[in-house]
Amino acid sequence: MQANQVTTLSLKEYLEGIKDQGKTMLLPALLEAQSRFGYISPEIASQISTALQIPLADITGVIEFYSLLHDQPTAEHMIRVCTSPTCSSQGAKRLLEELAHMLETKPGTATSDGSYYLEATECLGLCDLAPAVLLDQTPVGQANPERVLTKADAFQTHVYSDEAVITRRFGLIDPTSIDDFIAHEGFFGFHQALDCGSDQICSSIKDSGLLGRGGAAFSTEVKWEGAASAPGKPKYIVCNADESEPGTFKDRLLLENDPYAILEGMLIAGFAIGAEKGFIYIRGEYPRAQAIFQQVIENARSSGYLGNNIQGSDFSFDIELRSGAGAYICGEETALFESIEGKRGYPRLKPPFPTTHGLFQKPTVINNVETFANVGLILRIGVEAYCAYGTPGSSGPWLFCLSGDVARPGLYEVTQPITLRELIFARGGGLRDGGEIKAVLLGGAAGKFVSPAKLDIRLTQEDTRAEGLGLGSGAVVVLNQETDLKQIFADLGHFFAHESCGKCYPCQLGTQRQAEILNRLASGAGLPEDRERLEDVGWTMTDASICGLGQTAASAILSAIELWPEHFQGKERS
Amino acid sequence: MIETQRSVRSTCPYCGVGCQIDLQIKDDHIIRVDAPFDVAPNYGRLCAKGRFGNDFVHHPSRLTHPLIRKDIGSAPRKAIGLEGFREATWEEALDLSAKKLAAIVKEHGGDAIGTFCSAKATNEDNYVFQKFVRAVLGTHNVDHCARLCHAASVTGLQIAIGSSAMSNSIAEMKDLEVFIVTGSNTSETHPVISTFLREAVVKNGAKLIVIDPRQIEMTQFATYWLRNSAGSDVAVFQAMAHTIVHEELYDQEFIEARVEDFEEYAQSLEGFTPEWAEEISGVPADLIRDAGRLYARAKNAAIYWGMGISQSVHGTDNALSLANLALLTGNLGRPGTGLNPLRGQNNVQGCSDSGGLPNVFPGYQSVMDSEIRAKFEAAWKTQLPTESGLTTMEMVDAAERGAIQAYFVMGENPMMSEPDLRHARHVMENLEFVLVQDIFMNETSEYADVILPAASFAEKEGTFTNSDRRVQLVRKAFDPPGQALPDWVILCDLAARVEVLLEHDLSAGFTYQSASEIWDEMASLTPPFQGIDHARIDRESGVHWPCPSPEHPGTPTLFAESFPSGKGKLTPLTYSPGAELPDDEYPFVLSTGRVLYHWHGGTMTRRSKLDDIYPEPTVEIHPQDAQQVGVAHGEMVRVRSRRGAIEVKALLTERSPQGLVFIPFHFAEAAANELTLDARDVRAKIPDYKVCAIALEQIN
Amino acid sequence: MSESKKITITIDGKSVQVPADWTILQALEHNGLETPVICYHEATTPEGICRQCVVEVEGRRTLLPACVTQVSPEMVIHPSSERVTRTRRTILEMLHASTDLSQAPELLQQSQAYHADPDRFPEAKARTQPVLDDNPFYVRDYEKCILCWRCVQACGDDLQFTYALSVGGRGHETHIATFFDAPMPETTCVFCGNCVAVCPTDALRGKTEFFLEQGLDYDEIRRQKRQERRKGKPQERDHD
Repeated sequence: MQANQVTTLSLKEYLEGIKDQGKTMLLPALLEAQSRFGYISPEIASQISTALQIPLADITGVIEFYSLLHDQPTAEHMIRVCTSPTCSSQGAKRLLEELAHMLETKPGTATSDGSYYLEATECLGLCDLAPAVLLDQTPVGQANPERVLTKADAFQTHVYSDEAVITRRFGLIDPTSIDDFIAHEGFFGFHQALDCGSDQICSSIKDSGLLGRGGAAFSTEVKWEGAASAPGKPKYIVCNADESEPGTFKDRLLLENDPYAILEGMLIAGFAIGAEKGFIYIRGEYPRAQAIFQQVIENARSSGYLGNNIQGSDFSFDIELRSGAGAYICGEETALFESIEGKRGYPRLKPPFPTTHGLFQKPTVINNVETFANVGLILRIGVEAYCAYGTPGSSGPWLFCLSGDVARPGLYEVTQPITLRELIFARGGGLRDGGEIKAVLLGGAAGKFVSPAKLDIRLTQEDTRAEGLGLGSGAVVVLNQETDLKQIFADLGHFFAHESCGKCYPCQLGTQRQAEILNRLASGAGLPEDRERLEDVGWTMTDASICGLGQTAASAILSAIELWPEHFQGKERS
Repeated sequence: MIETQRSVRSTCPYCGVGCQIDLQIKDDHIIRVDAPFDVAPNYGRLCAKGRFGNDFVHHPSRLTHPLIRKDIGSAPRKAIGLEGFREATWEEALDLSAKKLAAIVKEHGGDAIGTFCSAKATNEDNYVFQKFVRAVLGTHNVDHCARLCHAASVTGLQIAIGSSAMSNSIAEMKDLEVFIVTGSNTSETHPVISTFLREAVVKNGAKLIVIDPRQIEMTQFATYWLRNSAGSDVAVFQAMAHTIVHEELYDQEFIEARVEDFEEYAQSLEGFTPEWAEEISGVPADLIRDAGRLYARAKNAAIYWGMGISQSVHGTDNALSLANLALLTGNLGRPGTGLNPLRGQNNVQGCSDSGGLPNVFPGYQSVMDSEIRAKFEAAWKTQLPTESGLTTMEMVDAAERGAIQAYFVMGENPMMSEPDLRHARHVMENLEFVLVQDIFMNETSEYADVILPAASFAEKEGTFTNSDRRVQLVRKAFDPPGQALPDWVILCDLAARVEVLLEHDLSAGFTYQSASEIWDEMASLTPPFQGIDHARIDRESGVHWPCPSPEHPGTPTLFAESFPSGKGKLTPLTYSPGAELPDDEYPFVLSTGRVLYHWHGGTMTRRSKLDDIYPEPTVEIHPQDAQQVGVAHGEMVRVRSRRGAIEVKALLTERSPQGLVFIPFHFAEAAANELTLDARDVRAKIPDYKVCAIALEQIN
Repeated sequence: MSESKKITITIDGKSVQVPADWTILQALEHNGLETPVICYHEATTPEGICRQCVVEVEGRRTLLPACVTQVSPEMVIHPSSERVTRTRRTILEMLHASTDLSQAPELLQQSQAYHADPDRFPEAKARTQPVLDDNPFYVRDYEKCILCWRCVQACGDDLQFTYALSVGGRGHETHIATFFDAPMPETTCVFCGNCVAVCPTDALRGKTEFFLEQGLDYDEIRRQKRQERRKGKPQERDHD
């Protein structure tokens, strides 16, 4: 992380060094202060305001927006317990209570000796290792209080594949070694790109049919063409590594195991659209991925893969790593831009779109981590070989994150289409302890529930869409017959209420109203007409919210109402 | 929820921006002030004074009855509060005043009376006032506080281009490209204008050059801030001109077509190098060059200034050096350019326009011009004096000599705003008769023999003319308190009585039925106003003069084709230091000025909610100076000059540079003008409120 | 506007010509269709946040905010479809549950028009909070705040460029913030009241009105403020 480079400097010196960059450095400066002092005091905030020329009130606005920033003292160590649906279904609430009991404190508070600060957090991207905890910078999987307090770093995600294509370098190379990467056909795609020129790259991407892997499955080629032909300089490449969708951890694994492949994808994109600057925005909950990627950037610079005249070509490009600070909404592309620009992570009105008015209002290509990993692959193996994977409507290999009550949770690379049932049973080993499936949440919190009757659906864009479903970010959360679905609904409600940015009324108010109703239903205190209320709230959010968060905040609940209306019937109180 | 009963559109009575306001009225009280979003000049924006500071009109200390001094006739006259006065009827008060004034005119001539009209009163009030003074009292001794604020700007601009009003409009500010703000703490003195200037920077990417010793708020928006030492303005501006000439950044075409004396001026700049200016002003030479280049290279560049330029012993030179910059670079006559002195009082422009000056009739028509005089003599059916009258400070001097025997002061407070108050008080004590017309008791009316209670802006009709020459309506929202009356009504009654006593054969005409009728008479005698009447202003919400005919659209931008003086004149200048420099005994420079929440003598704002946020006098001191003196933040400190001493609360701040302290002049209990110097600009006669030497002392 | 190219769109089945650079809101208003708005104000930048002006446009998955969506050729607009009215009613009902709208006449009127039931969401978390009375000029009564952002915009880049206010918090906990919750006199606020002027719900209102509501008469109002100030300052010169 950047913080490591500057620990020898005083904050004042650090600020002196960044002040010319202005407002865009706000979040880095706040994270720096947070990591140094455990919180951001008014005095520190004032110093930052003066250095970066940002109004004081705006600094408070930004601090309050991001969960990882605190304006009150915390403690020496920070314990963040994931309470998102997957972890919640695997005992996270109990873990939180136990930790609170042992530490004689409560969530959102520091222990009296100031050594620990305990808080509940949303998805940490460790769903296969649920319940998960982040102790300072250390992820703790399969957490129990003892493991947490001894900082037991048993952290290993299993990666499975029918044929390792995207994941082929996983475990084979030292992720930060550029030589290892090159020895395994690294930068092959980039050199191909340099040779064939930007038009040819765009047409290869077009022919490959590459769809975005961030959740919306939008055509990559359309984004690239749009930004390439948009007037205005400079242009930017942004890698969206703010993976926060509950149940999703594929991007973290890509960043930690094959980071140069992402960098290579960004280079190719930069070359294709005529950009000289890229940003990778990695969520703050991924300290390891950040440390690895920062190392990777530096190695690439010293090896001539970033900087001026890369590999002797006319092409110059550099990448800057930015850390998120705890806001699911920043995975929304325009909110991510706002965040890099030093503002609250609010989604923008669209149009205009990022291709013409993206980061700093300049033409921008923003793609997901996995999408960039596919770019190098396409250029390396060629369109034909690439399209041999997947289906015509969902070309290439696809990653799925399997978690919940399955025997073998982990990351699954799927190169030939399989059904949901095959993924869970043939590949994932079926349910743990021989349980039965009660429901599958497909596509994460923003996805939909699938009933056991529908397990034979093929996991492709075209098949899921035909059923009114979606693959989303590839999250597959399996829930067994013991699961208290009403509690899962309430957790989902809590997740969206917590992560709504609050900009537009439907989502700001709707996520809250939805959570309130789901909570009372979960505790058995539902009221008559709660189902109608949920439907009105849900459709209002779906129809009228500004961004994808609000538009999908009721997706899972509305699907559940259709599948299990009985869970949504309240009754008259006596 | 509190429902308002009616909404009355009017013009804010504070500064020269002339914000349009909607007074929301319930039970004859202003309960809220709104502003229309679709109307110039403020487009819905207001400042604290306009929004929250109009509650002064309801203050119980409003004058509600004519008052006569109980010990009238005893000398020397002492300043005295309300208890020294008795209530009188209008009949008695006006009769007494008329008799006193008539007697002095008969015995000593009209020139034995000094009069002050008001930059706070309407155009119509001022027109009637000066008509009364000129046509009935028979003197041109009429002046007002513009003398104390922008006289140097007026004088300088008259020399350079022959016109002294702000050349460009407020409406175009948000579209500026490059502009200079100097000697104007715009965000506190013209808050709403400052928002448009900031908008230009923030939204239009305009480049701002601030030239000011103090770290005023506008510096936060500046590309270049030239922090010059107090009083070194001419040096900085001349050095900018040096750069412009030296690097041939001037506008050759403009100069050839519209400017004279270029060669002579260019040669005169020889010694004014940026390096020389750096030594004088402390501003790095390269910064002066950069500022000069930025201003000169812009397609359009404007200059805005305030009292920091004009209230100086070299105020005229300051204004001339700014005019030189604009003439050199051709930054005049187009939107986004111009020479723009930001006017202080709500109607300081209008008061001058309406003839509230000793040398001109309404519309700046010279009293010395026999043709013009003949026109007014015919209209007013009387003979008029042929020589100019005295300026405010000349009136003080004349009173001291005994040449002036009586004062008539309408809506001004010279005993708070004149420099060197000790001297001014002495003069007041020995006058034969003092007549004051106002809405409150103030430091001046404490010396009055008779006080006439006037209506406030919210209680009468008329017009104010704002800083960009936009004539706007003032509308009556409710009746004045007690027996108070609109100024023009009082003036008409008084004038008629004096005419009778002076046995004038024909009346000059004081039988107006409305303010609108007064305007029409003024417009009929004043060509640039002839296209304007109240009905048109009502329709269009405001009209910029010059507007010679009803078909004319008005003139937001002056000098598109030519200057009133024909060609613009470049004036060679010399630099001289301030009149009183710091020394061992008085080691600090004092600058006086205003703060956001108060207005001038505080007559209005200190009777408002505004006083709650800024309740006491202060002095801004640099922390290092404070340490040297041994005073802590919030402690009282004594400030002493060769003329007086006051005690004020110390505010430690780096806003003022080391060696310079700043004191707002709003507070009677510690009047900054006890300290200031009665040194004047030779040509403009304006006093220097911005530079004098003082000492700071601990209070034990 | 009049010089711009005209295009043909369909509103409620009726074909109309409008300038190509108009918003849907302008097109609807020009054709006599009143569209409810909450956050929209002529003096502030439309951010399309309340979504009350949404309309249904054929071929579009979601409803579109009329205030910020430009018309396009052949656009077919349904300004009051069932989806539209459900959205508008639900937004108002959800707002009632969170906020005190008693002094927001326009919103009460909209509630009537859309048959919004103020009690539709029982047991909801209201943003109840005490009135902040920290300066001589206005109070901040944030339980009436609907987070339209106008005050922040007015204080910032739309009117005043003073930046004393920001939007703080997140989600339903969003609120209007000052720097570390400082009282207004300790912020960069210059009390221009431009924020008060654009507030649609009286969450920001002048002290005079606030005191009148409390039953004080005009003399008491005037004395109240001065008494407060005089505490501990007996030496102050009396201007009363």
